Amino acid sequence: MTHRANRTLQVAGLARVEGEGALHVRTVDGEVDRVELNIYEPPRFFEAFLRGRDFREPPDITARICGICPVAYQMSACLALEDACGVRVDGQLRALRRLLYCGEWISSHTLHICLLHAPDFLGFPDGIAMAGAHRELVERGLALKKAGNQIMDTIGGRAIHPVNVRVGGFYRVPTPEELRPLATTLRQALYDALGTVEWVAGFDFPDLDVPHDLMALRDTDGYPIDLGTPHVSTGLTFPVAAFGDHVVEHQVAHSTALHARLDDRMFLVGPLARYSLNSDRLSPVAREAATAAGLGAVCRNPFRSIVVRAVEVVYAVEEALRIISSYERPDRPFVEVSPRAGVGHGVTEAPRGLLYHRYEIGADGRILSADIVPPTSQNQSAIEADVTWVVRSHQHLDDHALQSLCEQTIRNYDPCISCSAHFLDFTRDHS
Amino acid sequence: MPTIAVWKFTSCDGCQLTLLDCEDELLPLTERVHIAHFLEVTSVSEPGPYDISIVEGSVSTPEEAERIRWIREQSAVLVVVGACATSGGIQALRNFADVDEFRSIVYARPEHIAALATSTPISAHVTVDHELRGCPIDKGQLLEVLTALLAGRAPDLPDTSVCTDCKRRGLTCVLVARGTPCLGPVTHAGCGALCPAVDRGCYGCFGPMNRPNVPALVPLLRRSGMGDDELHLVFRTFNANAEWS
Repeated sequence: MTHRANRTLQVAGLARVEGEGALHVRTVDGEVDRVELNIYEPPRFFEAFLRGRDFREPPDITARICGICPVAYQMSACLALEDACGVRVDGQLRALRRLLYCGEWISSHTLHICLLHAPDFLGFPDGIAMAGAHRELVERGLALKKAGNQIMDTIGGRAIHPVNVRVGGFYRVPTPEELRPLATTLRQALYDALGTVEWVAGFDFPDLDVPHDLMALRDTDGYPIDLGTPHVSTGLTFPVAAFGDHVVEHQVAHSTALHARLDDRMFLVGPLARYSLNSDRLSPVAREAATAAGLGAVCRNPFRSIVVRAVEVVYAVEEALRIISSYERPDRPFVEVSPRAGVGHGVTEAPRGLLYHRYEIGADGRILSADIVPPTSQNQSAIEADVTWVVRSHQHLDDHALQSLCEQTIRNYDPCISCSAHFLDFTRDHS
Repeated sequence: MPTIAVWKFTSCDGCQLTLLDCEDELLPLTERVHIAHFLEVTSVSEPGPYDISIVEGSVSTPEEAERIRWIREQSAVLVVVGACATSGGIQALRNFADVDEFRSIVYARPEHIAALATSTPISAHVTVDHELRGCPIDKGQLLEVLTALLAGRAPDLPDTSVCTDCKRRGLTCVLVARGTPCLGPVTHAGCGALCPAVDRGCYGCFGPMNRPNVPALVPLLRRSGMGDDELHLVFRTFNANAEWS
């Protein structure tokens, strides 16, 4: 056992996260002096080059912000632009959007659970090494992930950067017969998803209850995915148009991602927040799986986020099956959307948490300004706070073990660093 | 066992993810190659040299311009994947604008942000052995390149247009039959004509085919309703920096 008063930990390139980040930790006299999640992902300036583009382009363009959650970008962009144009998409078109989004949740969550995060709990450097000892578990995860991708291929035309999404709906809607093979796959996937919950529930979790405010959408019914209104664990709720009044981003010198605060308080978005504010909205099977996995109505331990993700996969598989069973092909694949001068807001639940888009467009349909607030920039302060707790309460660990635990702590948030770099507009200097 | 390294430059991660989307092939593949570096997947990073390097992303920072030279020196075969690596990607839209102004739009203190004035393909910096087009790349083409490299043969990557894929699928031409604007006649093949299959015109995410005849296509696009502004935008999106004509 080592115990050093002054120590510096540097993780130059964080592994098993999407994008490029580093961690810098410094302790002085046994006290944590500095924890910096350094995001060095190069900026790509989406909000700058969206200006002057046509209002029908953001679903395709902003999908390219993130290869892991392109559907989330497409959905938030569509909602914001339809809001600007005074159009609401509902009925079977909305159901198809939700089905497509379920595909992304299943695929993205399962990738993180089985290939990126589980190796931390079982002591492997990656999912491939883990397959050497637990091949059937990795194969089950890959099959489940494939089921999610099959939904995106069928509805979206391809799994990464789907081609079938447009403002107002879709280019082409499937026939019920085309969805039937999906249902066959998903019935098996439900068993795989329930098995995954049971598996990850058996991991060892450090004891931690974070005090951060939790923010997630809440919808009129169902678990929030493609629609809803922001709710906070303090009881606060606000319309999506007021998002920019509550969530303010600050630039910090050590990151190309901006840090966000909610009414000047630290907060987190993502599975823990979604679950804690919506556990009453789970389907009976998902609810039962959560209870059997030891989850109560609220979960504030970020290390258990892997269990919450697994429960959400169960929900998404069931929800996809429900949508397919009641699907009737709409008469038209999309609702006509005509541009008008105005501002629109859109927010949906990306796998990693709430994703906000805002566009201002002219009467000719040209985009005048764009703001995008991705989940990882909202979570960045909470991640640093959790790492600070880990370092403070695990001083007895040697550098290697402490570094591994810090990395695991960051992976609790499944950070999508590609998304979080290069954002924001409600910028305030933070020196 | 041959060693393989996967590298990320300026990008969205989607092309690397395509490798993980090979759900049925991933574990068998890892029995034929040794992954020496792949930050998105493994904490293990082994020093070079590497038999095969796969590079995703464009060069958009001073650090990346240095790093790609080192990777080239360490790699026997360099495969670049996706629109960012092969043409500079959507972030190459800065090449036609003022990057300082872009920086000031997004960041309050732009002096902290290190970015080059241009986003450029890997081939503008080092010699490239194989390239896969697409935003994102096609899974089948990725497996074809890896299989060919392991078998010691040349990969079969057609440089014809999306139209050839479309005809093979037996799809009705959306441009001729429905008057839907489509870049298929000038866009590099490889996706399998995904957009025409959902009643949409191709939007060129695989970039220009070998010797595209854009002047012949433009009158057809105009006839199907595109104006000057739309024509300008449609070629300046995911492969803005590529040579369309």
